[in-house]
Amino acid sequence: MSSSLETAENRGDLRRVVIDPVSRVEGHGKVTLLLDESGHIREARLHIVEFRGFEVFIQGRPYWEVPVMVQRLCGICPVSHHLAASKALDHVVGAAAITPTAEKLRRLMHYGQILQSHALHFFHLSSPDLLFGFESEVGRRNVVGVAEAYPEVARQGVLLRRFGQEVIRATAGKRIHGTGSVPGGMNRHLAAEDRDALRGEIGQVIEWSRTAVELVKRLHRSNPGLYDQFGAFHANMMSLVRDDGAMDLYDGTLRFRDGDGDILLDGVPDAMYRSVIREQVKPWSYMKFPYLQQLGPDDGWYRVGPLARVQNCDFIPSPLAEAERREFIDHGKGGPVHATLAYHWARMIEMLHAAEVIRDLLDDGELLAGPLLAGGERRREGIGIIEAPRGTLIHHYEVGDDDLVTMCNLIVSTTHNNQAMNTAVREVARRYLDGRELTEGLLNHIEVAIRAYDPCLSCATHALGKMPLALELIESDGSVADRLVRD
Amino acid sequence: MTDRPLVVFAIGNESRGDDALGPMLASRIESFLPQETRLIVDFQLQVEHALELEGARLALFIDASCITESPFTFREESPSGSSPTFSHALEPDAVLAVSQRLAGRSPPAFVLGIRAQSFELGEGLSKQARSDIEEAVIFVCDLLCEPEVDRWRAIARGRTGQ
Repeated sequence: MSSSLETAENRGDLRRVVIDPVSRVEGHGKVTLLLDESGHIREARLHIVEFRGFEVFIQGRPYWEVPVMVQRLCGICPVSHHLAASKALDHVVGAAAITPTAEKLRRLMHYGQILQSHALHFFHLSSPDLLFGFESEVGRRNVVGVAEAYPEVARQGVLLRRFGQEVIRATAGKRIHGTGSVPGGMNRHLAAEDRDALRGEIGQVIEWSRTAVELVKRLHRSNPGLYDQFGAFHANMMSLVRDDGAMDLYDGTLRFRDGDGDILLDGVPDAMYRSVIREQVKPWSYMKFPYLQQLGPDDGWYRVGPLARVQNCDFIPSPLAEAERREFIDHGKGGPVHATLAYHWARMIEMLHAAEVIRDLLDDGELLAGPLLAGGERRREGIGIIEAPRGTLIHHYEVGDDDLVTMCNLIVSTTHNNQAMNTAVREVARRYLDGRELTEGLLNHIEVAIRAYDPCLSCATHALGKMPLALELIESDGSVADRLVRD
Repeated sequence: MTDRPLVVFAIGNESRGDDALGPMLASRIESFLPQETRLIVDFQLQVEHALELEGARLALFIDASCITESPFTFREESPSGSSPTFSHALEPDAVLAVSQRLAGRSPPAFVLGIRAQSFELGEGLSKQARSDIEEAVIFVCDLLCEPEVDRWRAIARGRTGQ
């Protein structure tokens, strides 16, 4: 777990390349590369501007408003925040165990979110790089280009995404600002007509998900040298798993594995997260670097998200996805798969699993009837952990006797992956950029590595005219040699 | 999907300062929308929004804008392949382009961008935005009186001096 290339010596003498956001509003990521006179990479860093206003935004609000309010933090995964907050506040209202009906409804909502988010990421954000090539014409390397060259792939991606959104609407009440989940349970059943409509489509959704897994496997087979080695590095893994070791994206206990696949820590309940996870601050980054306390910051950092989850669990409790998981594990030839691009393969396996879970839940009559709310002795503190599409998401609240939130702490998936993404950037910079004349296509390799983690950088705003990235080449005297704005 | 004369997208996050301009304008004009209009309010434009354009005769995108010095801009938009590399969201031209590729057509579309400057979490509209939205509401209500492509084109050309 080398941190070489994190900090160069004689930094002032080096040429600086910056992939920088134009604004704070959208695209809070910045990559800096320091190069010596021969073009050798001496330092590579990914900086993500973590917006720490979340806690202030939540503190002082009545706890029952929180599951709705937190959805405004993120325009990409509002359902994950909605459910993580609800799970944390279940403890506050004394409902550590919610009713079976409420849990199934929440699971349906959550797996709908997983499905739509994974579809969006693969088909919209990543497939252009994978289908056209990292150095292909930049103007074509987007979802519109995919729709032109691969219309059926694009169509299935859009329809998968819409199906997931319909699951969310049917369970949360609305696609955005949903109110379905509340502290202690849910406030609505699934309507029979929504159940029937979703049932009518789920068979096709499963087939399309299988096709997506096949597509990503075909890409791996077409260029194993690239897919198995691009951004590959050993890393620990963390995710929730069910009591029996099964993949569970809604609930469970924390499990950590090391880079060889051996279990480091298992069965950590949500309330204990602070005793095993620490966060390191580095002077050059706004975002903290979480690590497993028992290994320390240098060796204890870890990956989260699909690549970790598919390998951290013992099995996936749905037959089609489990068969795909086994093939994925076999691909590692006895060890974990650490290649950055394998995130896409794992992500599509999870999308297939989500579709299977949704199918099974839609057959469960408890979604349409049964008690929705549980309660018990009021408590002052609650912690909720969920596996959001891009990784483990932790919500932690303290609530006063006046029902107002007095403390809020969130650790989001992108923060968990901070060190792993930085390491991926360094591995790719070292392998593909070192000593070469930098072109847009080569720099896109860096972006491909970051995108594989599906970091959430958008923070729920998007205004006309806000460009997400600019590239600046700055000479060692500080002058700007060249500037490229991405649009 | 039945044909709809008009599809209106209002984009923005109500909890992020001037980013709320789209949803707030939508709430102000909702009662003025012609019958059969589909109003979609969302944080960001996404690929599936292309499906909402199926059967539409006309589309209007309303969003906060950081690239105007006037209270608002109004222009016709064409399908295009632009798409940011790190953002999960699309621009209106990309939504139109996806619609064109998937459905074989995209309707004539216009973008109303309202001047915006502050996007902090938990903030309300800036003083400037509170003033600008009043002008935009009057303008949009006039547009909605006669949602015809030729009329909107003439208005857009007039505003851009073409």
